[in-house]
Amino acid sequence: MLEIRNLHVKLEEEDKAILKGVDLTVEAGKVHAIMGPNGSGKSTLSYVLSGREGYEVTEGSATLLGEDVLEMEAEERAAAGLFLAFQYPVEIPGVGNMTFLRTALNSQRKARGEEELSAGDFLKLIRAKAKDLKMSQDMLKRPVNVGFSGGEKKRNEILQMAVLEPKMCILDETDSGLDVDAMKLVADGVNALRSEGRSFLVITHYQRLLDHITPDVVHIMADGRIVKTGGPELALEVEREGYAHLAGEAA
Amino acid sequence: MLTPAQRAAKADLAETLLAAAPASGNDGAWAREARALAARRLREMGAPVRRDEYWKWTDPATLAQVEAPEATVFSDPAETPVFEAAGGLKLVFADGVFRPDLSDPLDGIEGVEVAPLSEAMAADIHWAKDLYGALEGEGHYVPRPLAALNTATATEGFAVRVTGRADRPLHFRYLHEDPRSDAVVHHVVRLEPGAELTVLENGPAAARLNGCMEVDVADTARFHHVRAQGRAHERRAFTAMFARLGRESAYKSFTLTVNGALTRNEQVVDFTGDDAVAHVAGACVGDRDFHHDDTVFVTHGAERCESRQVFKKVLRGEAKGIFQGKILVKAGAQKTDGYQISQGLLLDDTAEFLAKPELEIYADDVACSHGSTCGAVDEDMLFYMRARGVPRAEAQNLLVLAFLAEAVQEIEEEALAEEVRERIAGWIDRRR
Repeated sequence: MLEIRNLHVKLEEEDKAILKGVDLTVEAGKVHAIMGPNGSGKSTLSYVLSGREGYEVTEGSATLLGEDVLEMEAEERAAAGLFLAFQYPVEIPGVGNMTFLRTALNSQRKARGEEELSAGDFLKLIRAKAKDLKMSQDMLKRPVNVGFSGGEKKRNEILQMAVLEPKMCILDETDSGLDVDAMKLVADGVNALRSEGRSFLVITHYQRLLDHITPDVVHIMADGRIVKTGGPELALEVEREGYAHLAGEAA
Repeated sequence: MLTPAQRAAKADLAETLLAAAPASGNDGAWAREARALAARRLREMGAPVRRDEYWKWTDPATLAQVEAPEATVFSDPAETPVFEAAGGLKLVFADGVFRPDLSDPLDGIEGVEVAPLSEAMAADIHWAKDLYGALEGEGHYVPRPLAALNTATATEGFAVRVTGRADRPLHFRYLHEDPRSDAVVHHVVRLEPGAELTVLENGPAAARLNGCMEVDVADTARFHHVRAQGRAHERRAFTAMFARLGRESAYKSFTLTVNGALTRNEQVVDFTGDDAVAHVAGACVGDRDFHHDDTVFVTHGAERCESRQVFKKVLRGEAKGIFQGKILVKAGAQKTDGYQISQGLLLDDTAEFLAKPELEIYADDVACSHGSTCGAVDEDMLFYMRARGVPRAEAQNLLVLAFLAEAVQEIEEEALAEEVRERIAGWIDRRR
């Protein structure tokens, strides 16, 4: 599904390397987790993959289903099936949540040469998905993320994921700012989306999200590289021993 | 400070403008006096010049010269006329001249008396003569010489009196046919206690328009105004609305401006009765040599009144947006609630937004706030939308509409608000 080879990335504005040779393969239908201390480059990886401006790829490649994603515009990556659940979902005053999501869905469909969804069909779709995530009609009508609590914003991200049905989902610190109940709701939403043809890359600082979303593979990232890869037990090791121990071991 | 020579030049120009105006033939005695008073005001103020405090960002030269600069007549056969669906009583002007042949019968709304200005000025209609030039004459906390010129010289417009709750809008449509036309239009509107009226205005009006509307809103009456200034690129307009608000009355005015070489819209609102509400709002979108100026002056002279000013400007390609807005709270106007926001959204580096918000408060128990911002499209919002698959251009369009939303939602009637949104979307689409 997702193949990252020797990816080197620096900030466009300054000469500071952030990713220093990331190698990662996420197979179809699998859930990979990336854990690591603050500043290890986890979020940068998610931004570079999703097409945020301000970064420069100096070496390496990233492909989604064999296609070079680094050459695509952000909207093309989305249409190709890449989805980033933001650590800090952006508030957009004046743009209705439903309007936004419908525009997004139909833009993607158009880009893929598919028929656009009618207003009625869209309404049916979003109502069903919102119900699963316990999101009220009011939340759908409000401007995108405006006045949403931290948990509501994350649920909104998962709602978007459920409606857009991407192939490769990247969750960037989706657990940050969530209480236990909200985390369970979000995790249930993600688990419901797990399928043969859909892969996940779950970026997290703490192990607790992985109690709810069980990964197939866990990677430890430190100083811009993947320093260790293992099964779910690796996450527990981090929880027990801390990152310093693991980073030291790799060095 | 102006030098004596500069003051003399302003006075000379005022004299020239008055002399150049066509004579208004059949005025009655009161009308002649109202005009003479306005002419005197103009002579005292002098014609506007760039050195004047409230004209420093907008050069009044082309508005205050004798000949109107030529403006190509703009027409888009594909466009349906604005507010056509609102079903108003239509009164049509061509180049500032009333055209009965294109208009509805004047007696089409129950509870609304409508008389052409020329007739009203010749007759002895008490409410019209009490109003014509009266609100304009009181509205010179800041000199408004072009409004005084209008009162002194206008022969076109309507005198309107509302005694009930009008069941359909009054709709002034201003066609532009002659590339050299110069229009001076003056309406007076009197709403009796408890009355209600919506006035719609649309169209470019002329190569140059000097438009004035005096609105006297009696106790508990409600006045709504929605205006769309025409798409013509080269037209110029100076407009001034003067509103006097009685107890528990409401005045709501919204203006959409799309294109135009020069637009100066002034709003002068005076609260004279307690517990009244005034909302003035505007949205404009423009590029190239677009120059748009909103100058607003709200005076709170009564208790517990609420005023809102919401002005948003989307600018690109060297377009310029100006906002000058003032809230004056007089001593004794306790519990005043005043709000003012002006924002510019610059779609490129060559556009410019200039704002001068002012508060002057002489009462001690009031809540007044104002804010002004200017910036580019938010990159975080843009990326968020693109990351969901919305192409950059479309994401930007959604953000432009969102930016203008706060101003557009000041329009109470949802169908009118929706039409305004469609017009804005049209402007955006044409610039892809």
